[in-house]
Amino acid sequence: MEAEASRFEPATFQVNDKKLGMWIFLASEVMFFTGLIGAYIILRWGAASPWPVPGEVLNVPITAGNTFILICSSVTMVKAFAAIEEGNQKMLKVWLLATAFIGASFVGVQVYEYTELIHHGFLPSSGLYGSAFFTMTGFHGLHVTIGVLCILWVAMKAFRGSYSQADHQGVEIIGLYWHFVDLVWIILFTIVYLI
Amino acid sequence: MSAEGKKKPRYMAVFGGLAALTAIEVAVAFMGFERRATVLLLIGLAVYKALLVAMYFMHLKWETRSLKILAVAPLLPAAIMVIVVLMENF
Repeated sequence: MEAEASRFEPATFQVNDKKLGMWIFLASEVMFFTGLIGAYIILRWGAASPWPVPGEVLNVPITAGNTFILICSSVTMVKAFAAIEEGNQKMLKVWLLATAFIGASFVGVQVYEYTELIHHGFLPSSGLYGSAFFTMTGFHGLHVTIGVLCILWVAMKAFRGSYSQADHQGVEIIGLYWHFVDLVWIILFTIVYLI
Repeated sequence: MSAEGKKKPRYMAVFGGLAALTAIEVAVAFMGFERRATVLLLIGLAVYKALLVAMYFMHLKWETRSLKILAVAPLLPAAIMVIVVLMENF
């Protein structure tokens, strides 16, 4: 009840302060990734040597599969939220753990991709393309990793019974972050792998 | 979520759409269309997918007008930056 009293709802936005805070953070994240994309455009079109086309260096089918994996994890996340909205504690835990597992799988595939690329001599130091590729996908992978850790944290709280049908802000907020990371990957996959 | 959003979103339909669009994207990239057409098509598909995620998974569709504006606000400076960078390089 103390938490209820301390909850401040800014009048303009008519949303919970935590949710508003997450959206403002995500706005700053948009600018962060836009900075990376801007740098990529400059490097790619300013490069003296021709830039590799899709599939020349990178394994597009594997990453397309990985994109699918990340989309699946967004679905499980939204299912977790839908479960607690109905007060279903069991499915909340199941879907949260599924999301963490699938999210970790995405990172696993990315690590596999990196090791394969490095075996083939493609490194962050392999010219502009290498540094641009590893910087963009690396920062995204870091976001996914942090997301997985946060989801595990939320799952732990779910096991302690911290969320209820009436109060499940934590689930909604980590969900927003997680979907945003999925959204960023949709854009990055297109720019880095397909174009 | 606001009151009118109580009708439950069809998450699985959105999921199916996202998966199908991803497959189409990969196909388009390797189809060997004219370069400019390929790039425009791919960007269009990616933006549409991003919109699906934001509207349905992030529930933006059911949020208040002011929160929608807050969510869209960073896209303006982002677009300016990308357009300026593109103009400098073409």
